[in-house]
Amino acid sequence: MNAHVRFSADEQREMLDAELAGRFPDARGRFGPYGGRYVPETLIPALERLEAGMREHLHREDFQRELGSQLRDWVGRPTALSHAPRLSAAWGADIWFKREDLAHTGAHKINNAVGQALLAQRLGARRIVAETGAGQHGVATAAACARLGLPCVVYMGAIDMERQAPNVGRMRLLGAEVVPVTGGDQTLRAAIDEALRDWVADPMGTFYLLGSAVGPHPYPYLVRELQSIIGREARAQFIEHSGSLPDAVFACVGGGSNSIGMFHAFVPDRSVEIIGIEAGGRGVALGENAASLSYGWPGVLQGCYSLLLQDENGQIHETDSISAGLDYPGVGPEHALLMAAGRVRYESATDGEALAALTECSRLEGILPALETAHALHGAKRWAEKNPGKRAVICMSGRGDKDMPTLQRTLLAGNSGVAS
Amino acid sequence: MNVKPAEKLSMAIRDAAARGEPAIVAFMTAGFPSAPKFREHLLAVAAGADVVEIGVPFTDPMADGMTIQRSSQGALKQGVSLRWILAELAAMQRPSAPLVLMSYLNPLLQYGYAKLATEAAAAGVCGFIVPDLPFDEGAELRTALAKTGVALVQMVTPVTTPERLSLVCSASEGFVYAVTMTGTTGKNVAVPDTVLDYLDRVSKASPVPVCAGFGIRSREQVAKLREHVAGVVVGSALVEVLERGDDPTAWLQGLRPSAPRSPQHDG
Ligand SMILES: Cc1ncc(COP(=O)(O)O)c(C=O)c1O
Repeated sequence: MNAHVRFSADEQREMLDAELAGRFPDARGRFGPYGGRYVPETLIPALERLEAGMREHLHREDFQRELGSQLRDWVGRPTALSHAPRLSAAWGADIWFKREDLAHTGAHKINNAVGQALLAQRLGARRIVAETGAGQHGVATAAACARLGLPCVVYMGAIDMERQAPNVGRMRLLGAEVVPVTGGDQTLRAAIDEALRDWVADPMGTFYLLGSAVGPHPYPYLVRELQSIIGREARAQFIEHSGSLPDAVFACVGGGSNSIGMFHAFVPDRSVEIIGIEAGGRGVALGENAASLSYGWPGVLQGCYSLLLQDENGQIHETDSISAGLDYPGVGPEHALLMAAGRVRYESATDGEALAALTECSRLEGILPALETAHALHGAKRWAEKNPGKRAVICMSGRGDKDMPTLQRTLLAGNSGVAS
Repeated sequence: MNVKPAEKLSMAIRDAAARGEPAIVAFMTAGFPSAPKFREHLLAVAAGADVVEIGVPFTDPMADGMTIQRSSQGALKQGVSLRWILAELAAMQRPSAPLVLMSYLNPLLQYGYAKLATEAAAAGVCGFIVPDLPFDEGAELRTALAKTGVALVQMVTPVTTPERLSLVCSASEGFVYAVTMTGTTGKNVAVPDTVLDYLDRVSKASPVPVCAGFGIRSREQVAKLREHVAGVVVGSALVEVLERGDDPTAWLQGLRPSAPRSPQHDG
């Protein structure tokens, strides 16, 4: 439990009740103490327009019908819920996967990208900008923009372009312009800064298609609404298979979009343990990981008040993780709330643990998971050891093909982790 | 001697404007290019300016262009922090030009607002500009700073709606910072007539003086703006002067429309 975040039992109950009653985000865009809209004045009209447009369209029948048909006919939803028999035998608990890796472009990111791109189209956007870390959000956005005929620019940190090289090529083939970001930490955080700078230059004509449940209000809410189809499907599929709810659900947490998407439908189910797994990187010291919920404290970054990895002067700290998609010093405000309310537990998995889980899943289940997802797999394995015979659903947030450059350098490099 | 810091700031701008020239609000990143020379640079800048805006470096300056990103990183590498800046100001013979701190919110938040208000006032800081703190999120900081009379300067932009413009202007203290364009700092703006119309609207709506900033780097721009605003903010261009090792006092003086022409201010 994070020692920086302490709330009384009464406060926790109040926060959870408000969350369950759908009172968050409130009128100020907050999930309890977290969230808000900390952006340059130039972006305020753009965010207000986005919020008004979202409220007008998102839940309207014609929009939902169009989104639903894109998700079914183009993305390939619903994605499968797969039983994992050999991993279950190895770990001692009953393991299931919600297969977002089977969604078009290979990760959950497409759910959000296609939804926001449809919204952008309705709001008359001339151009889309996006940031990407692992490249999955960039690929999803490039694909959605190609599908809808919208010009697309993707900012990507130079370090990430190297370690997720296959996705850079995919974005370009899909017609997007990929702009390398060489400033800042050259990873996801710097890419978001640069996308924000682009948006500030043309706040009314450009639509910023943000890829995780972070940033200024209304993004954390918008992304959650578009991703929560993951948990709704998984919950219904599991009940259909087993006649009851699972004992636990797992997801990896970077900015927090696949996890909030997976968790949201299960939050009211008090019998279901909900566990998010962050990137533990190389160790527990500041700078060695990207586990902001585990080790961070409250602050403001990129439009949002949430938990951050920072120093005592409020400077944002560099992070480290083998997985580009988790390598971010902040986290979505709704996760900060769910942790504060005591409803979701957040743990971390190290680089090595994620690599080992990736190997195990590949060999036992015939699924090469994304490195991000592999963190959730390790969390579930740890849980399974203490909960033999119980049933867990893991969000398989994406496929691992994009990670080949990193895997060549680690698991496949001579006498490393892959025992033969 | 009972003038509130916020009023001292407004007065300095009004006084300059009353002399027929826009007040020059000169921005420098604290400790850039050199932390040991911070005091010397501050005095040299102040000698050519009516107000000095001191930038607190931050790792993620999302409203800033390349120059201020570079100066922020350069300062951070030398260990510059808000704590250090306030200690330097408290310890030095301060210039008579009022001082304003420009900081992204998180360093202020981590410092603690109550402590910040007290120590900033004691160090001669008259106001704060916080680019990622829009009016709607500012109540807490505004209240804390009000306890010691320190201003929270609000920004408006060409896309700010008319209703919001009057709301933000009436809440702004010290002055209103009218951003000349949509975009980050450091570009060169042409100051077209539409911008002048917008600045006229801001000046009309605002009870405190209005200073225009973002992209101002030449005497021609300053001359064009003089009829429309009380002051101009000069940022990236001055940071570049300091970075080159040129004399900031002379360069700032050359920006004034009444100054004799010099080649470095043309075009
Ligand atoms: C496959 C996959 N899983 C997880 C993530 C982490 O993002 P989030 O926490 O928003 O789901 C990413 C991000 O790029 C990803 O590509």
